[in-house]
Amino acid sequence: MTEKYNMPDERGHFGPYGGIFVAETLIPPVQELDAAYQRYMNDPEFIAEMDADLQHYVGRPSPLYHAERWSNELGGAQIYLKREDLNHTGSHKINNTIGQALLAKRMGKTRIIAETGAGQHGVATATIAARLGLECVVYMGSVDVARQSLNVYRMKLLGATVVAVESGSKTLKDALNEALRDWVTNVDNTFYIIGTVAGPHPYPAMVRDFQAIIGREARQQCLDQTGRLPDALVACVGGGSNAIGLFHPFIDDASVKMYGVEAAGDGIETGRHSAPLSAGRPGVLHGNRTYLMSDDDGEIIETHSISAGLDYPGVGPEHAWLKDTGRAEYPNITDNEALEGFHALTLMEGIIPALESSHAMAYTMKLAPTMRKDQIIIVNLSGRGDKDMQTMARREGIEL
Amino acid sequence: MSRLAATFEALANSGRKALIPFITAGDPHPDFTVGMMHAMVEAGVDVIELGVPFSDPVADGPVIQRASERALAHKMSLRRTLDIASEFRKTNQQTPVVVMGYLNPIEAMTYEGFANAAQRADIDGVLTVDLPPEEAKEFSDSLKAREIDPIFLLAPNSSDERIKKMDEIGSGYLYYVSLKGVTGAGHLNSVDVENKLQEIRKNTRLPVAIGFGVKDAETAKTIGNIGDGVVIGSALISKIEAHLDEPELAKNEIVELLTTMRLALDSLSAS
Repeated sequence: MTEKYNMPDERGHFGPYGGIFVAETLIPPVQELDAAYQRYMNDPEFIAEMDADLQHYVGRPSPLYHAERWSNELGGAQIYLKREDLNHTGSHKINNTIGQALLAKRMGKTRIIAETGAGQHGVATATIAARLGLECVVYMGSVDVARQSLNVYRMKLLGATVVAVESGSKTLKDALNEALRDWVTNVDNTFYIIGTVAGPHPYPAMVRDFQAIIGREARQQCLDQTGRLPDALVACVGGGSNAIGLFHPFIDDASVKMYGVEAAGDGIETGRHSAPLSAGRPGVLHGNRTYLMSDDDGEIIETHSISAGLDYPGVGPEHAWLKDTGRAEYPNITDNEALEGFHALTLMEGIIPALESSHAMAYTMKLAPTMRKDQIIIVNLSGRGDKDMQTMARREGIEL
Repeated sequence: MSRLAATFEALANSGRKALIPFITAGDPHPDFTVGMMHAMVEAGVDVIELGVPFSDPVADGPVIQRASERALAHKMSLRRTLDIASEFRKTNQQTPVVVMGYLNPIEAMTYEGFANAAQRADIDGVLTVDLPPEEAKEFSDSLKAREIDPIFLLAPNSSDERIKKMDEIGSGYLYYVSLKGVTGAGHLNSVDVENKLQEIRKNTRLPVAIGFGVKDAETAKTIGNIGDGVVIGSALISKIEAHLDEPELAKNEIVELLTTMRLALDSLSAS
């Protein structure tokens, strides 16, 4: 590969994927956002303000930690964890919300809306809205409100209004639908902070660029600590923002393999999963063309995953492109396997991962033993597991 | 000349305005829709917009969302919507039928596959809510090749440049969304609509139908005075929702409402 990777095109296409597929009323705000994003991503003052926030408010750079005991136990590649779980608010989501909220401020928007699944993006948005003194409304499927009540309480403490969405499957996709309906109604004063690399252009590229700090840091940290690049990257993929954040700075490093781990729920063969790249088909939803879980009639199928953050029928269009071109691979991990990953990391390294990130841990347990001891895997530990204590306890029949 | 172009030309020649009802195919039951379409024609409507139920109708308010959910519960689909249109066409060759929905069901059929099926069903127009002109070239071409009109939305914040774009790529009519919001939303401001229509007219000679927020004969008259046609959707579907166990009652109330709207619109041409 001699040509440098340079996606998307100016209208947001990653090959046949991405683009802008929204109703007419949303075209002007999407164009306005694209113009602001192009302008401020090249504005040294904006970048300096964002970098200062990432350093002093979020706590970046996040460590790259050699999980030596776990690596030895698995008996293969050396495993390094990118510790996004140590960020303020407990996940990678805040990298993006800081960037978008600063953009909202520059654009003169006074009201922030967001969708959330597990609540991590909702918390990260409510947090930055509180800090900047912006009104904040978070849409969350009522099923997720029930299974992530701790995060709902956090958002409310932070001054956000949490709207439980009762339509459709009452999960992340329906929260996104409702947020889009709010945006189309309040376009004049409202900035929609999308939490993943989905939505109409420029969101997939913009969110990627805000999250790419994960991969830039990890690349340098790996070189500093080991003197070489990693052999493989592993990250979980729902919409895919933590994965693309880790992958993107390595795309031109042909020797680095990339594994985006989808949620297989009860198993791909059962149909109860959230793995559009493994078992879906291309289509259009939420403003872009990508792989989707959809039936022969083009209706979106209900998804399933133990992890609310991966419970989404689509995936970022750039992942669709990386899959088709073969640059990244997209294996999948079931609920039960993810739980094994959860317990393994907790017991071997004293780190409790989020259920989303546990999918990446579980795949690492399969991958590492197939590799040599002098090889290196960087795994994105995208969030911490505190929010999942209730789900875990319930699953194990324990009353808290 | 397409059935839609002929309809709008005839209306213009007689100084009348198009009355365009929207109902969701298969709501509350697949057996209901064809009869409802014929009844609406008898009430004096000029064009019928047939909504294709979709699992994720992001541009729709709660009323049309629930209509979609009811229809989907009966396994309604884009293919079956076209079947309904076909059935209607067996005994009505005059009234244009526009299929309105979201892109993903069309993608699932492929553009060519859908265009062929729409032609077989003798569909007159297709309005795809989440397909803006920038992404629509291939799809519009495959419709136009079969003399089906691709219909595009205009919004209060559409620039002159975009109106020109719709004029180039669209045909049949343009659908002006009278307010920023979802279907069935609050009150529209007729002064704003009138000002925007002046801008739109400067950039297109296509007929302009106005929808979103039209609830009754009074708003229909106000809006009819500004545009070439009036679209009414959520207010009709609310009647279906109010009488889910007695669809015949819903049908009668819909006919009654459309009849009063027809009279209100025709009073414009008489005055």
